[in-house]
Amino acid sequence: MKKTFAGLAFALASAASLGGAAYAQENKEVTIAVSIPAADHGWTGGVVYHAERAKAALEKAHPGLKIIVKTSPDGATQANALEDLTTQGVDALVTLPHNSDELTDPIRQVKDKGIFITVVDRALSDPSIQDLYVAGNNPELGRVAGEYMKEKLGTADVVVIRGLPIVIDEERQKGFDDAIAGSGIKVLDKQFGNWSRDDAFKVMQDFLTKYQKIDAVWCQDDDMAVGVLEAIQQAGRSDIKMVIGGAGMKDMIKKVQDGDPMMPVDVLYPPAMVATAMELTVANFYDQVPVRGRYILDATLVTKDNAAEFYFPDSPF
Amino acid sequence: MTDLAATGKPVRRSWKDVDLRAVAPFVALAVLLVFGTIVNPTFIGIDNLLNVATRSAFIAIIAVGATFVISAGGLDLSVGAMSAFVAGVMILFMNAAPLDGNLPMLAAAMLLAVGVGAACGLANGLITTVGRIEPFIVTLGTMGIFRALTIYLAEGGSIAMKSQELRATYRPVYFGDVFGVPVPIIVVAVVAIIGAFILYRTSFGRHVIAVGSNDDVARYSGIPVNRVRTVTYIIQGICVAIAVLVYVPRLGAATPTTGLLWELQAITAVVIGGTALRGGVGRIWGTVCGALILEVVGNIMVLSDLVSEYLIGAVQGAIIIIAMLVQRSLSRR
Repeated sequence: MKKTFAGLAFALASAASLGGAAYAQENKEVTIAVSIPAADHGWTGGVVYHAERAKAALEKAHPGLKIIVKTSPDGATQANALEDLTTQGVDALVTLPHNSDELTDPIRQVKDKGIFITVVDRALSDPSIQDLYVAGNNPELGRVAGEYMKEKLGTADVVVIRGLPIVIDEERQKGFDDAIAGSGIKVLDKQFGNWSRDDAFKVMQDFLTKYQKIDAVWCQDDDMAVGVLEAIQQAGRSDIKMVIGGAGMKDMIKKVQDGDPMMPVDVLYPPAMVATAMELTVANFYDQVPVRGRYILDATLVTKDNAAEFYFPDSPF
Repeated sequence: MTDLAATGKPVRRSWKDVDLRAVAPFVALAVLLVFGTIVNPTFIGIDNLLNVATRSAFIAIIAVGATFVISAGGLDLSVGAMSAFVAGVMILFMNAAPLDGNLPMLAAAMLLAVGVGAACGLANGLITTVGRIEPFIVTLGTMGIFRALTIYLAEGGSIAMKSQELRATYRPVYFGDVFGVPVPIIVVAVVAIIGAFILYRTSFGRHVIAVGSNDDVARYSGIPVNRVRTVTYIIQGICVAIAVLVYVPRLGAATPTTGLLWELQAITAVVIGGTALRGGVGRIWGTVCGALILEVVGNIMVLSDLVSEYLIGAVQGAIIIIAMLVQRSLSRR
């Protein structure tokens, strides 16, 4: 389908990207730069994996397409990388910025050269810069987990292990709190586990000491769920009915797929969103489809039935 | 205050002075235990105390090594990243090595881990002494190197033990116990006893203190200063590896967050324990007590409902400073 529309799409796309240089051909030459954080924890590792995977698939589908993937360990390096990438003459930039404040201006400079901008996950301070915004839904991640507990357990005593005190964590927590407001789900305690397996293990051990009866654990992140499960196993407690994580780490998706009673569902916040962003950006150049705007992925509830769809055995995350 | 001749009873005073200084961290720990019990009676339960002591094992073992490095006037910031690196290499070896039987495999993996740890320590030591660079800078550099190597080996994700069977064999090293005493606590005790023996009862130990007190004087006294310093870094590397041997069976994986900030916790444990950051004084048992204090503070915070989760860091910081003040006031009396 992409090929069919390629010829028609060219006029619009090239007006935006090549400054109106109009010539038609099947294998139109388009270069797309992808600037993402280096793999410093599991989730960003997944981002790198899915960016490489999408690059291979898209370049195969479009012979004229060239995708440059560049990873940067911190915001300042990423700003430099953006300059280097634009001097190579790209038509579009897909970027997952390290942090919004620091990188808004460097990305604005790229935009000023007439380059199509796709921002992933972390919105810029000035949203008018981005042509396309692709992100997961943090409040929804909390809400879906809360709704599931409400529906399955009715009344329950729940402990919550949070991430780090930043916006993403606040949004997730608020979504969860809103979902369970006025229901029989009672939050016994909340502590920060810093999105780390080891810290989540410690916090869970202490929760198990502090409370004699816990019905469920919400820890919003699959890495932390690993530590939580280990602590529960060590304590030999059978009162905990479920642990709900989030993000979509392959080991946890596998548990859901295998019908592990402790891990009945997972809530998606997929690193593969970078692939979604790349697909849409490429569609802007090769297919005659409008893509500008905001594309917010659902926080899909992964259950035993649909788990296979989200299982990537080769991914590092 | 240090002018003993000015006081009436110099002998008794100096005896008291030394004794209290060594005892101070234990007094601080006792105060914390009482405080924790008041806050939440389940705190003093044997299960909770064993959990906390077991969890403190990694930092305690690493901090015993750090006591050597710091007493000799050095510093090692790379221990956290080194832990992650050693754990990663060890797990990759267990996933790949073509060895039959779980026990020979574990033994080989453990030997490899200790070897890698010692080699990392040797690198730190040689760059510091032969290269004559400040240990702060050297180990800051190797911290970045070890951390990046770990992430590279993990391809950005985590390195997990593949064989569930092997994992089941290894698991008791963290979760098992001997006559009710968890294995990690026994490991800490053994490491501390050996460490204390080396530091207090051997000529090498006296050389460490001499080098840390004044390296010029030590050099004129014929002590091979560079060799002594290098060996302290090797001891540190071996201690890191031993901590890893206990760490890996807990979650069966090395992740990019493994060992994050352990270097600061280890240094804090050493200083709380009464070792001087400038070198020349080393207290192994104080260090172990310091590691326990750090873990107990965190435990009390989670068990109590005193403050919101946002303020826990502030209270932890305050408790550590107060513990140090208590210790200082004791050693001045």
